[in-house]
Amino acid sequence: MEEKFTLSILVSNEAGVLTRVSSLFGRRGYNIDSLSVGETENPAFSRMTILSRGDVATRDQIIKQLQKLVDVKSVALMPPESTVLRELMLVKVNAELPTRAQIQQIVDVFRAKIVDLSPSSLTIEITGEKSKLDAFIANIVPYGILELCRTGVTAIGRNSNILTGTEEKEI
Amino acid sequence: MLLKGAEVLVQVLIEQGVDCIFGYPGGAVLDIYDALYKAQDHIRHVTTCHEQGATHAADGYARVTGRPGVVIATSGPGATNLVTGIANAYLDSVPLVAITGNVARALIGRDSFQEVDITGITMPITKHNYMVKDVDRLADTVRAAFRLAASGRPGPVLIDIPKDMQTSFTEYVPATPAANTNNSRIDEASLDAALALIASSERPYIYSGGGVVISDASEELLALADRLECPIGTSMMGLSAVPYDNPHFLGMSGMHGGYAASKALSMADLIIAVGTRFSDRATGNKQAYQSGRKILHIDIDAAEIDKNIVSSESVVGDVKQVLRRLLNAGVQRQPSDWAEQVRKVKSSAESRPEMPNDRLNPRSAIEAVNARLQPEDVVATDVGQHQLWTAQYYHFRRPRTFVTSGGLGTMGYGFGAAIGACFGRGKKRTVLFTSDGSFHMNMNEMATAVSNNLPILVVVLNNRVLGMVRQWQTLFYENRFSNTSLARRTNYAALTDAFGAKGYRVESLEALNNALDEALGIDGPALIDVCIDCDDKVLPMIPPGGTINDIILKG
Repeated sequence: MEEKFTLSILVSNEAGVLTRVSSLFGRRGYNIDSLSVGETENPAFSRMTILSRGDVATRDQIIKQLQKLVDVKSVALMPPESTVLRELMLVKVNAELPTRAQIQQIVDVFRAKIVDLSPSSLTIEITGEKSKLDAFIANIVPYGILELCRTGVTAIGRNSNILTGTEEKEI
Repeated sequence: MLLKGAEVLVQVLIEQGVDCIFGYPGGAVLDIYDALYKAQDHIRHVTTCHEQGATHAADGYARVTGRPGVVIATSGPGATNLVTGIANAYLDSVPLVAITGNVARALIGRDSFQEVDITGITMPITKHNYMVKDVDRLADTVRAAFRLAASGRPGPVLIDIPKDMQTSFTEYVPATPAANTNNSRIDEASLDAALALIASSERPYIYSGGGVVISDASEELLALADRLECPIGTSMMGLSAVPYDNPHFLGMSGMHGGYAASKALSMADLIIAVGTRFSDRATGNKQAYQSGRKILHIDIDAAEIDKNIVSSESVVGDVKQVLRRLLNAGVQRQPSDWAEQVRKVKSSAESRPEMPNDRLNPRSAIEAVNARLQPEDVVATDVGQHQLWTAQYYHFRRPRTFVTSGGLGTMGYGFGAAIGACFGRGKKRTVLFTSDGSFHMNMNEMATAVSNNLPILVVVLNNRVLGMVRQWQTLFYENRFSNTSLARRTNYAALTDAFGAKGYRVESLEALNNALDEALGIDGPALIDVCIDCDDKVLPMIPPGGTINDIILKG
């Protein structure tokens, strides 16, 4: 049965690593629903968060194939109940004078933020789980979305769950 | 010691114990070749006719020695010509270090002359690849490449070295190569589960793959078969690990495996799969393969477990170590009349070869060669019918004596591979079985065999068609022989003479025997063009996705 899952991957912070990981997904026919990557507290490592989907066998294969990449230091499956998941979204929405107040109300309800405005539009920044962002979009659609971009989900374990990498491994 | 990058590279090759490499010079590797010129007392460089031949040679060298093969090519077309050979090594888990030159760093990304992104191109077919962008890290990168190529599940690694990295100076600090330690921990619980699974079985069948050859585990494998009184079938890659006359050996299983191996497998209640990845060519119908029996999968690559066939239990680790642990733990099975059942299958009428051997045909030709070779002699093949006939009829007696392209199925692999294998065995007698189709792909390497006076006997099983495709066209495409009937008029004997070697053409078994007696006495390459029928088939055959019930025994 197909299910969605989140992988957190610690990789060496070197040129070409993103290609190595994403091309592995491509050539083996695995799905990427979202991918985000950035440097960690240790500049030698980057951390990738990949949202994917597939049955349990596919999920296990993805993890094992990732572990075979030299640049991959560790891979963790992030269980939703013990993971903080966040995504950032910027939306530029049509906002003529008569509708501005209504949009402001929606922004307040979702604890979003207006970060830029022009005579005819507002740019809104919102952070949260994927479902919150989707709900925000549903509410803002009637006003006319001019532009929208999302960073992709990033994830970190709750409590003291820490992902660490090993330099030496046998492949 | 302050050295140029190219000299550092050659020093590290010597450090790693490399004494023979294959390659082709060119503009972006001039400095490396200059360093090799100065080091020719330590490293022999074999120049092939084409870079593809050089990668296959490095691959053949690695397969017979167990040590990484090394190939060097220039940038651009030199590098892209390596691609098939690297993919071939990747799919058969052959340790290979490929070194390419590239344009200077300042020219990279500008579509410079003979510039190509070879690390990008080879990413999916290498264990890892490197582009050297800091000459101070060159030595350690090369060392890491050798370690990676040979460790765990072996495979190819590519190092791309821009020209300015070859000419820059750096401090060279000698180092001794790290010992290859395939001693990763074996999970105790998985061993216990494996022992319990075997203990509960009455009819185990050992399915042995290329991992047994790579891990040098023949002795342990045969001991396991003795202990369990059970048959062994192999994949094509696993063939040389089991001596043909071992009483437990049933031959190769799979699409063109023997009847006995496929039948016994279908009767087994447990498959003990050792060092294999369950290729589709080996399993046929996956549902039928798994149903009614348990699977114990032993492999060094965790990602192979449950990839193609879902296992009941699995043990991840070096197969030699795992088999030893099982034997030491007193592995046993349930008592049954399994050995007797297998004996009946093995002696059944269906298990006898369909092809006669009293006249000239693929079987008698291979048997005639077989009768004249020593157990340690290496046999290489190209890809197609002749390859499967060799797998079926040649009597392999020692591990690492069968050099063939399994996973990628590379026509044109054989000549380069035979050259590499011949060097790997100290220029001892090597035989290449090929066909008119495969031979025409890379026959140029005959020139390499002649320049190096290699005792390679090329046996061309010549049916004037692309036989394997024709066989499928006959069986599944109602005799529509689309583009497989070759109207070539190549005179192989004269061609071989023109290359500077001795060629023969034979049309009878007697003539073949005479030609073999003469050709095997020659200290250098020779070729025998063996005329066979264009409709000889590789049988038995289980059609793709089929089971033992679909087996085709007669043509």
